[in-house]
Amino acid sequence: MGIQEFTYLLQGLAWTLFLTAIGFAGGIFFGLVVALMRVSPSAWLRVPAICWIGLFQGTPLLMQLFVAYFGLPLIGFDLPAWGAVSVALTAHASAFLGEIWRGAIQAVPKGQSEAAQALGLHGVSRMFDVVLPQAFKLSLPATVGFLVQLLKGTSLAAIVGFIELARAGTIVSNQIYRPLLVFGVVGAMYFAMCWPLSLWGRTLERRMAAGQAK
Amino acid sequence: MASMIEMQHIEKYYGAFHALKNINLTVAKGEKIVLCGPSGSGKSTLIRCINHLETIKSGEIVVAGHRLNDSQKAVDAVRREVGMVFQQFNLFPHKTVLENCILAPMRVRKLSRSEAEATARKYLERVRIGDQAEKYPAQLSGGQQQRVAIARALCMEPKAMLFDEPTSALDPEMVKEVLDTMVSLARDGMTMICVTHEMGFARQVADRVIFMADGQIVEENDPESFFSAPKHERTRAFLGEILAHH
Repeated sequence: MGIQEFTYLLQGLAWTLFLTAIGFAGGIFFGLVVALMRVSPSAWLRVPAICWIGLFQGTPLLMQLFVAYFGLPLIGFDLPAWGAVSVALTAHASAFLGEIWRGAIQAVPKGQSEAAQALGLHGVSRMFDVVLPQAFKLSLPATVGFLVQLLKGTSLAAIVGFIELARAGTIVSNQIYRPLLVFGVVGAMYFAMCWPLSLWGRTLERRMAAGQAK
Repeated sequence: MASMIEMQHIEKYYGAFHALKNINLTVAKGEKIVLCGPSGSGKSTLIRCINHLETIKSGEIVVAGHRLNDSQKAVDAVRREVGMVFQQFNLFPHKTVLENCILAPMRVRKLSRSEAEATARKYLERVRIGDQAEKYPAQLSGGQQQRVAIARALCMEPKAMLFDEPTSALDPEMVKEVLDTMVSLARDGMTMICVTHEMGFARQVADRVIFMADGQIVEENDPESFFSAPKHERTRAFLGEILAHH
Protein backbone atom coordinates (compact mmCIF):
# COMPACT_ATOMS: atom_id res chain seq x y z
CA MET A 1 0.00 0.00 0.00
CA GLY A 2 1.59 3.25 -1.14
CA ILE A 3 1.32 6.77 0.16
CA GLN A 4 -1.40 7.51 -2.39
CA GLU A 5 -3.67 4.74 -1.12
CA PHE A 6 -3.01 5.69 2.46
CA THR A 7 -3.93 9.31 1.73
CA TYR A 8 -7.15 8.07 0.16
CA LEU A 9 -7.97 6.21 3.36
CA LEU A 10 -7.23 9.34 5.38
CA GLN A 11 -9.71 11.27 3.25
CA GLY A 12 -12.29 8.60 4.05
CA LEU A 13 -11.37 8.96 7.69
CA ALA A 14 -11.96 12.70 7.50
CA TRP A 15 -15.45 12.09 6.09
CA THR A 16 -16.16 9.59 8.85
CA LEU A 17 -15.22 12.19 11.46
CA PHE A 18 -17.24 14.82 9.63
CA LEU A 19 -20.36 12.64 9.52
CA THR A 20 -19.94 11.70 13.17
CA ALA A 21 -19.55 15.34 14.15
CA ILE A 22 -22.65 16.40 12.22
CA GLY A 23 -24.71 13.49 13.51
CA PHE A 24 -23.59 14.12 17.05
CA ALA A 25 -24.03 17.90 16.97
CA GLY A 26 -27.46 17.60 15.36
CA GLY A 27 -28.28 14.75 17.72
CA ILE A 28 -27.39 16.87 20.75
CA PHE A 29 -29.66 19.69 19.69
CA PHE A 30 -32.64 17.66 18.50
CA GLY A 31 -32.05 15.00 21.17
CA LEU A 32 -32.49 17.68 23.82
CA VAL A 33 -35.75 18.72 22.15
CA VAL A 34 -36.90 15.08 22.05
CA ALA A 35 -35.92 14.51 25.71
CA LEU A 36 -37.75 17.65 26.87
CA MET A 37 -40.85 16.70 24.88
CA ARG A 38 -40.63 13.16 26.25
CA VAL A 39 -40.78 14.34 29.89
CA SER A 40 -43.40 17.02 29.25
CA PRO A 41 -46.65 16.75 31.21
CA SER A 42 -48.54 17.49 27.97
CA ALA A 43 -49.48 14.43 25.93
CA TRP A 44 -49.35 16.57 22.75
CA LEU A 45 -45.59 16.85 23.20
CA ARG A 46 -44.93 13.54 24.90
CA VAL A 47 -46.65 11.18 22.43
CA PRO A 48 -44.84 12.43 19.29
CA ALA A 49 -41.53 12.08 21.15
CA ILE A 50 -42.40 8.51 22.17
CA CYS A 51 -43.25 7.69 18.53
CA TRP A 52 -40.07 9.33 17.25
CA ILE A 53 -37.90 7.36 19.69
CA GLY A 54 -39.76 4.13 18.94
CA LEU A 55 -39.45 4.62 15.19
CA PHE A 56 -35.69 5.17 15.16
CA GLN A 57 -34.85 2.65 17.86
CA GLY A 58 -37.07 0.05 16.21
CA THR A 59 -35.63 0.21 12.68
CA PRO A 60 -32.10 -0.45 11.41
CA LEU A 61 -29.85 2.55 10.79
CA LEU A 62 -29.23 1.12 7.33
CA MET A 63 -32.92 1.45 6.48
CA GLN A 64 -33.00 4.98 7.87
CA LEU A 65 -30.09 5.88 5.57
CA PHE A 66 -31.93 4.38 2.57
CA VAL A 67 -35.08 6.31 3.35
CA ALA A 68 -33.18 9.57 3.72
CA TYR A 69 -31.12 9.02 0.58
CA PHE A 70 -33.84 7.75 -1.75
CA GLY A 71 -36.95 9.04 0.02
CA LEU A 72 -36.11 12.70 0.65
CA PRO A 73 -35.62 13.50 -3.08
CA LEU A 74 -39.04 11.93 -3.77
CA ILE A 75 -40.73 14.49 -1.52
CA GLY A 76 -38.81 17.35 -3.08
CA PHE A 77 -35.65 17.64 -0.95
CA ASP A 78 -32.83 17.23 -3.38
CA LEU A 79 -29.88 16.83 -1.05
CA PRO A 80 -26.30 15.83 -1.84
CA ALA A 81 -25.33 12.40 -0.47
CA TRP A 82 -23.60 13.83 2.59
CA GLY A 83 -26.70 15.95 3.29
CA ALA A 84 -29.05 12.98 3.17
CA VAL A 85 -26.70 10.91 5.32
CA SER A 86 -26.41 13.79 7.80
CA VAL A 87 -30.19 14.07 8.07
CA ALA A 88 -30.49 10.35 8.74
CA LEU A 89 -27.68 10.30 11.31
CA THR A 90 -29.04 13.38 13.06
CA ALA A 91 -32.53 11.90 13.29
CA HIS A 92 -31.08 8.60 14.46
CA ALA A 93 -28.90 10.26 17.11
CA SER A 94 -31.73 12.53 18.29
CA ALA A 95 -33.89 9.50 19.09
CA PHE A 96 -31.17 7.63 20.97
CA LEU A 97 -29.77 10.65 22.82
CA GLY A 98 -33.34 11.79 23.57
CA GLU A 99 -34.04 8.47 25.24
CA ILE A 100 -30.73 8.45 27.14
CA TRP A 101 -31.39 11.95 28.45
CA ARG A 102 -35.03 11.17 29.25
CA GLY A 103 -33.75 8.49 31.59
CA ALA A 104 -31.16 10.84 33.08
CA ILE A 105 -33.70 13.63 33.63
CA GLN A 106 -35.98 11.20 35.43
CA ALA A 107 -33.05 9.88 37.49
CA VAL A 108 -32.46 13.29 39.07
CA PRO A 109 -34.01 13.02 42.55
CA LYS A 110 -37.51 14.46 42.82
CA GLY A 111 -36.42 16.54 45.79
CA GLN A 112 -34.34 18.69 43.45
CA SER A 113 -37.25 19.93 41.43
CA GLU A 114 -39.39 20.20 44.58
CA ALA A 115 -36.77 22.45 46.16
CA ALA A 116 -36.72 24.53 42.99
CA GLN A 117 -40.52 24.76 43.02
CA ALA A 118 -40.57 25.72 46.70
CA LEU A 119 -38.17 28.56 45.84
CA GLY A 120 -40.64 29.73 43.20
CA LEU A 121 -38.50 28.80 40.18
CA HIS A 122 -40.51 28.28 37.00
CA GLY A 123 -40.39 25.35 34.59
CA VAL A 124 -37.66 26.70 32.32
CA SER A 125 -35.30 27.71 35.12
CA ARG A 126 -36.10 24.51 37.01
CA MET A 127 -35.12 22.45 33.98
CA PHE A 128 -32.09 24.41 32.76
CA ASP A 129 -30.63 25.63 36.08
CA VAL A 130 -31.37 22.64 38.29
CA VAL A 131 -32.36 19.40 36.55
CA LEU A 132 -30.49 19.36 33.21
CA PRO A 133 -26.97 20.05 34.54
CA GLN A 134 -27.36 17.10 36.91
CA ALA A 135 -28.99 14.92 34.25
CA PHE A 136 -26.21 15.75 31.81
CA LYS A 137 -23.62 14.57 34.28
CA LEU A 138 -25.54 11.37 34.96
CA SER A 139 -25.90 10.70 31.25
CA LEU A 140 -22.26 11.27 30.27
CA PRO A 141 -21.11 7.62 30.24
CA ALA A 142 -24.12 6.53 28.16
CA THR A 143 -23.76 9.56 25.89
CA VAL A 144 -20.11 8.79 25.20
CA GLY A 145 -21.06 5.16 24.60
CA PHE A 146 -23.56 6.27 21.99
CA LEU A 147 -20.96 8.52 20.36
CA VAL A 148 -18.85 5.39 19.78
CA GLN A 149 -21.86 3.59 18.29
CA LEU A 150 -22.55 6.52 16.01
CA LEU A 151 -18.96 6.73 14.81
CA LYS A 152 -19.03 3.08 13.84
CA GLY A 153 -22.54 3.48 12.43
CA THR A 154 -21.30 6.01 9.87
CA SER A 155 -19.70 3.06 8.03
CA LEU A 156 -23.22 2.18 6.86
CA ALA A 157 -23.21 5.36 4.76
CA ALA A 158 -21.02 3.35 2.39
CA ILE A 159 -24.17 1.55 1.26
CA VAL A 160 -25.55 4.66 -0.45
CA GLY A 161 -22.23 5.17 -2.20
CA PHE A 162 -20.74 7.58 0.28
CA ILE A 163 -16.96 7.33 0.45
CA GLU A 164 -16.16 7.39 4.14
CA LEU A 165 -13.51 5.27 5.80
CA ALA A 166 -15.07 1.83 5.30
CA ARG A 167 -15.97 2.52 1.66
CA ALA A 168 -12.51 3.98 0.99
CA GLY A 169 -11.10 0.75 2.38
CA THR A 170 -13.19 -1.34 -0.02
CA ILE A 171 -12.05 0.73 -2.98
CA VAL A 172 -8.36 0.61 -2.07
CA SER A 173 -8.60 -3.10 -1.37
CA ASN A 174 -10.09 -3.70 -4.81
CA GLN A 175 -7.28 -1.72 -6.40
CA ILE A 176 -4.30 -3.35 -4.75
CA TYR A 177 -5.70 -6.83 -3.95
CA ARG A 178 -4.46 -6.75 -0.37
CA PRO A 179 -7.74 -6.94 1.58
CA LEU A 180 -6.16 -8.18 4.80
CA LEU A 181 -3.65 -5.35 4.92
CA VAL A 182 -6.12 -2.64 3.87
CA PHE A 183 -8.92 -3.67 6.21
CA GLY A 184 -6.35 -4.18 8.95
CA VAL A 185 -5.34 -0.53 8.57
CA VAL A 186 -8.99 0.60 8.34
CA GLY A 187 -9.83 -1.40 11.45
CA ALA A 188 -6.87 0.09 13.29
CA MET A 189 -8.09 3.58 12.38
CA TYR A 190 -11.59 2.90 13.76
CA PHE A 191 -10.04 1.39 16.84
CA ALA A 192 -7.78 4.40 17.36
CA MET A 193 -10.85 6.63 17.39
CA CYS A 194 -13.26 4.45 19.36
CA TRP A 195 -11.04 2.96 22.02
CA PRO A 196 -9.99 6.25 23.67
CA LEU A 197 -13.65 7.31 23.67
CA SER A 198 -14.66 4.04 25.32
CA LEU A 199 -11.91 4.44 27.90
CA TRP A 200 -13.05 7.96 28.60
CA GLY A 201 -16.63 6.73 29.03
CA ARG A 202 -15.48 4.07 31.45
CA THR A 203 -13.46 6.60 33.45
CA LEU A 204 -16.49 8.85 33.71
CA GLU A 205 -18.59 5.93 34.87
CA ARG A 206 -16.07 4.90 37.52
CA ARG A 207 -15.73 8.43 38.76
CA MET A 208 -19.50 8.69 39.02
CA ALA A 209 -19.80 5.36 40.81
CA ALA A 210 -17.27 6.62 43.33
CA GLY A 211 -19.78 9.37 44.04
CA GLN A 212 -17.44 12.23 43.27
CA ALA A 213 -19.25 15.53 43.53
CA LYS A 214 -18.42 18.48 41.30
CA MET B 1 -53.16 39.36 65.36
CA ALA B 2 -53.43 39.00 61.61
CA SER B 3 -53.33 35.46 60.33
CA MET B 4 -50.44 34.43 58.10
CA ILE B 5 -51.70 31.03 57.01
CA GLU B 6 -55.29 29.88 56.97
CA MET B 7 -56.40 26.39 56.03
CA GLN B 8 -60.07 25.54 55.98
CA HIS B 9 -61.79 22.21 55.45
CA ILE B 10 -58.82 20.70 53.62
CA GLU B 11 -59.43 17.29 52.08
CA LYS B 12 -56.60 15.46 50.34
CA TYR B 13 -56.50 12.03 48.72
CA TYR B 14 -53.74 9.87 47.23
CA GLY B 15 -55.84 7.68 44.98
CA ALA B 16 -58.28 6.03 47.38
CA PHE B 17 -56.18 6.90 50.44
CA HIS B 18 -57.68 9.74 52.46
CA ALA B 19 -54.52 11.62 53.46
CA LEU B 20 -55.98 14.75 55.03
CA LYS B 21 -59.42 14.84 56.62
CA ASN B 22 -61.10 18.18 57.21
CA ILE B 23 -58.00 20.07 58.31
CA ASN B 24 -58.61 23.49 59.83
CA LEU B 25 -55.58 25.45 60.89
CA THR B 26 -54.95 29.14 61.36
CA VAL B 27 -51.43 30.36 61.99
CA ALA B 28 -51.02 33.91 63.23
CA LYS B 29 -48.25 36.19 62.08
CA GLY B 30 -45.14 35.37 64.09
CA GLU B 31 -46.61 32.21 65.52
CA LYS B 32 -44.52 29.03 65.81
CA ILE B 33 -46.29 25.72 65.35
CA VAL B 34 -44.82 22.29 65.91
CA LEU B 35 -46.58 19.46 64.09
CA CYS B 36 -45.99 15.95 65.32
CA GLY B 37 -47.52 12.55 64.94
CA PRO B 38 -46.74 9.03 63.79
CA SER B 39 -45.38 8.51 60.29
CA GLY B 40 -48.11 8.46 57.68
CA SER B 41 -50.30 10.73 59.78
CA GLY B 42 -50.28 13.46 57.13
CA LYS B 43 -48.11 16.10 58.78
CA SER B 44 -45.67 16.44 55.89
CA THR B 45 -48.55 16.34 53.41
CA LEU B 46 -50.21 19.14 55.32
CA ILE B 47 -47.30 21.56 55.10
CA ARG B 48 -46.59 20.57 51.49
CA CYS B 49 -50.12 21.67 50.62
CA ILE B 50 -49.36 25.16 51.91
CA ASN B 51 -46.87 25.88 49.11
CA HIS B 52 -48.69 23.73 46.58
CA LEU B 53 -46.16 20.91 46.35
CA GLU B 54 -49.28 18.83 46.90
CA THR B 55 -52.67 19.67 45.46
CA ILE B 56 -55.80 19.41 47.58
CA LYS B 57 -59.17 18.00 46.61
CA SER B 58 -61.18 20.61 48.39
CA GLY B 59 -60.87 23.32 50.98
CA GLU B 60 -59.30 26.74 51.10
CA ILE B 61 -55.76 27.90 51.77
CA VAL B 62 -54.85 31.56 52.19
CA VAL B 63 -51.23 32.54 52.70
CA ALA B 64 -50.29 36.14 53.55
CA GLY B 65 -53.49 37.28 51.91
CA HIS B 66 -53.02 35.23 48.73
CA ARG B 67 -55.76 32.70 48.09
CA LEU B 68 -54.17 29.52 46.76
CA ASN B 69 -55.69 27.89 43.70
CA ASP B 70 -54.28 25.99 40.76
CA SER B 71 -53.40 29.09 38.75
CA GLN B 72 -49.68 29.64 38.31
CA LYS B 73 -50.11 33.23 39.42
CA ALA B 74 -51.57 32.25 42.79
CA VAL B 75 -48.99 29.52 43.29
CA ASP B 76 -46.16 31.97 42.49
CA ALA B 77 -47.54 34.55 44.88
CA VAL B 78 -47.71 32.03 47.72
CA ARG B 79 -44.27 30.57 47.05
CA ARG B 80 -42.73 34.03 47.15
CA GLU B 81 -43.97 34.41 50.73
CA VAL B 82 -43.16 30.94 52.05
CA GLY B 83 -39.79 29.26 52.39
CA MET B 84 -39.35 25.53 52.85
CA VAL B 85 -36.66 23.34 54.37
CA PHE B 86 -36.63 19.63 53.54
CA GLN B 87 -35.56 16.52 55.41
CA GLN B 88 -33.01 15.64 52.70
CA PHE B 89 -31.78 19.29 52.39
CA ASN B 90 -32.24 19.18 48.59
CA LEU B 91 -29.38 21.57 47.93
CA PHE B 92 -28.37 21.76 44.28
CA PRO B 93 -25.22 19.60 44.21
CA HIS B 94 -23.77 21.14 41.03
CA LYS B 95 -23.82 24.63 42.48
CA THR B 96 -21.70 26.16 45.22
CA VAL B 97 -23.29 27.25 48.48
CA LEU B 98 -23.38 30.83 47.24
CA GLU B 99 -24.86 29.86 43.86
CA ASN B 100 -27.53 27.81 45.66
CA CYS B 101 -28.49 30.94 47.56
CA ILE B 102 -28.57 33.44 44.68
CA LEU B 103 -30.36 31.37 42.02
CA ALA B 104 -33.95 32.00 43.09
CA PRO B 105 -33.47 35.65 44.13
CA MET B 106 -32.00 36.36 40.66
CA ARG B 107 -34.55 34.35 38.70
CA VAL B 108 -37.68 35.04 40.73
CA ARG B 109 -37.05 38.35 42.46
CA LYS B 110 -34.96 39.62 39.51
CA LEU B 111 -32.16 40.87 41.74
CA SER B 112 -28.80 41.64 40.14
CA ARG B 113 -26.00 39.21 40.90
CA SER B 114 -24.31 41.64 43.29
CA GLU B 115 -27.54 42.35 45.17
CA ALA B 116 -28.31 38.64 45.41
CA GLU B 117 -24.78 37.88 46.60
CA ALA B 118 -24.97 40.56 49.27
CA THR B 119 -28.25 39.09 50.53
CA ALA B 120 -26.87 35.57 50.36
CA ARG B 121 -23.73 36.46 52.34
CA LYS B 122 -25.87 38.17 54.97
CA TYR B 123 -27.99 35.07 55.53
CA LEU B 124 -25.04 32.68 55.30
CA GLU B 125 -23.38 34.71 58.08
CA ARG B 126 -26.60 34.51 59.98
CA VAL B 127 -26.61 30.69 59.92
CA ARG B 128 -22.89 30.90 60.77
CA ILE B 129 -21.61 29.39 57.56
CA GLY B 130 -20.35 32.47 55.73
CA ASP B 131 -16.84 31.07 55.36
CA GLN B 132 -18.10 28.08 53.32
CA ALA B 133 -19.78 30.08 50.55
CA GLU B 134 -17.49 28.88 47.76
CA LYS B 135 -17.76 25.17 48.63
CA TYR B 136 -20.02 22.57 47.05
CA PRO B 137 -22.73 20.96 49.21
CA ALA B 138 -21.00 17.55 49.15
CA GLN B 139 -17.99 19.13 50.88
CA LEU B 140 -20.10 20.09 53.90
CA SER B 141 -21.43 18.07 56.81
CA GLY B 142 -25.15 17.30 57.01
CA GLY B 143 -25.71 19.94 59.64
CA GLN B 144 -23.91 22.55 57.56
CA GLN B 145 -25.91 21.56 54.47
CA GLN B 146 -29.17 21.97 56.32
CA ARG B 147 -28.11 25.40 57.57
CA VAL B 148 -27.29 26.36 53.97
CA ALA B 149 -30.76 25.15 52.99
CA ILE B 150 -32.25 27.41 55.65
CA ALA B 151 -30.16 30.34 54.39
CA ARG B 152 -31.21 29.59 50.80
CA ALA B 153 -34.86 29.80 51.80
CA LEU B 154 -34.26 33.00 53.80
CA CYS B 155 -32.63 34.67 50.78
CA MET B 156 -36.12 34.93 49.25
CA GLU B 157 -37.05 36.94 52.37
CA PRO B 158 -40.16 34.84 53.10
CA LYS B 159 -42.83 35.81 55.59
CA ALA B 160 -43.21 32.24 56.80
CA MET B 161 -41.04 29.13 56.89
CA LEU B 162 -42.06 25.50 56.61
CA PHE B 163 -39.75 22.85 58.05
CA ASP B 164 -40.32 19.25 56.98
CA GLU B 165 -38.47 17.07 59.51
CA PRO B 166 -35.32 19.20 59.17
CA THR B 167 -33.24 17.15 61.60
CA SER B 168 -34.43 13.60 60.84
CA ALA B 169 -31.70 12.84 58.31
CA LEU B 170 -28.90 14.24 60.47
CA ASP B 171 -26.34 12.48 62.60
CA PRO B 172 -27.18 13.10 66.27
CA GLU B 173 -24.22 15.41 66.87
CA MET B 174 -25.42 17.76 64.15
CA VAL B 175 -29.01 18.11 65.26
CA LYS B 176 -28.22 20.84 67.76
CA GLU B 177 -26.58 23.26 65.32
CA VAL B 178 -29.66 23.13 63.08
CA LEU B 179 -32.08 23.48 65.99
CA ASP B 180 -30.08 26.45 67.31
CA THR B 181 -30.44 28.11 63.93
CA MET B 182 -34.17 27.48 63.98
CA VAL B 183 -34.47 28.81 67.53
CA SER B 184 -32.70 32.03 66.59
CA LEU B 185 -34.99 32.37 63.59
CA ALA B 186 -37.97 31.90 65.89
CA ARG B 187 -36.62 34.55 68.28
CA ASP B 188 -36.51 37.01 65.39
CA GLY B 189 -40.25 36.63 64.96
CA MET B 190 -40.45 34.39 61.89
CA THR B 191 -43.75 32.58 61.38
CA MET B 192 -42.86 28.90 61.42
CA ILE B 193 -44.52 25.54 60.98
CA CYS B 194 -42.18 22.71 61.89
CA VAL B 195 -42.83 19.04 61.38
CA THR B 196 -40.46 17.56 63.93
CA HIS B 197 -40.14 15.08 66.75
CA GLU B 198 -37.66 17.28 68.59
CA MET B 199 -39.73 17.81 71.69
CA GLY B 200 -37.06 19.94 73.35
CA PHE B 201 -37.36 22.36 70.45
CA ALA B 202 -41.15 22.27 70.74
CA ARG B 203 -40.99 23.19 74.44
CA GLN B 204 -38.48 25.92 73.79
CA VAL B 205 -40.09 27.82 70.90
CA ALA B 206 -43.54 26.51 69.99
CA ASP B 207 -46.61 28.60 70.69
CA ARG B 208 -48.73 25.57 69.88
CA VAL B 209 -48.04 21.88 69.44
CA ILE B 210 -50.37 20.01 67.12
CA PHE B 211 -50.70 16.25 67.14
CA MET B 212 -51.91 14.49 64.00
CA ALA B 213 -52.97 10.91 63.36
CA ASP B 214 -54.67 9.30 60.38
CA GLY B 215 -54.88 12.57 58.46
CA GLN B 216 -56.65 14.43 61.24
CA ILE B 217 -55.67 16.98 63.84
CA VAL B 218 -56.24 15.03 67.05
CA GLU B 219 -55.09 17.50 69.63
CA GLU B 220 -53.50 20.92 69.91
CA ASN B 221 -52.32 22.87 72.89
CA ASP B 222 -49.55 25.08 74.23
CA PRO B 223 -46.42 22.98 74.76
CA GLU B 224 -46.63 23.02 78.55
CA SER B 225 -50.15 21.55 78.67
CA PHE B 226 -49.51 19.36 75.63
CA PHE B 227 -46.63 17.52 77.26
CA SER B 228 -47.81 17.51 80.86
CA ALA B 229 -51.48 16.79 80.29
CA PRO B 230 -52.19 15.26 76.89
CA LYS B 231 -55.94 14.78 76.60
CA HIS B 232 -56.24 12.18 73.88
CA GLU B 233 -55.32 8.52 74.29
CA ARG B 234 -53.39 8.47 70.98
CA THR B 235 -51.38 11.51 72.00
CA ARG B 236 -50.40 9.84 75.27
CA ALA B 237 -49.35 6.68 73.43
CA PHE B 238 -47.31 8.72 70.92
CA LEU B 239 -45.59 10.81 73.57
CA GLY B 240 -44.85 7.66 75.54
CA GLU B 241 -43.16 6.20 72.47
CA ILE B 242 -40.95 9.12 71.58
CA LEU B 243 -40.13 10.33 75.09
CA ALA B 244 -39.11 6.83 76.16
CA HIS B 245 -35.92 7.33 74.15
CA HIS B 246 -34.98 10.73 75.49
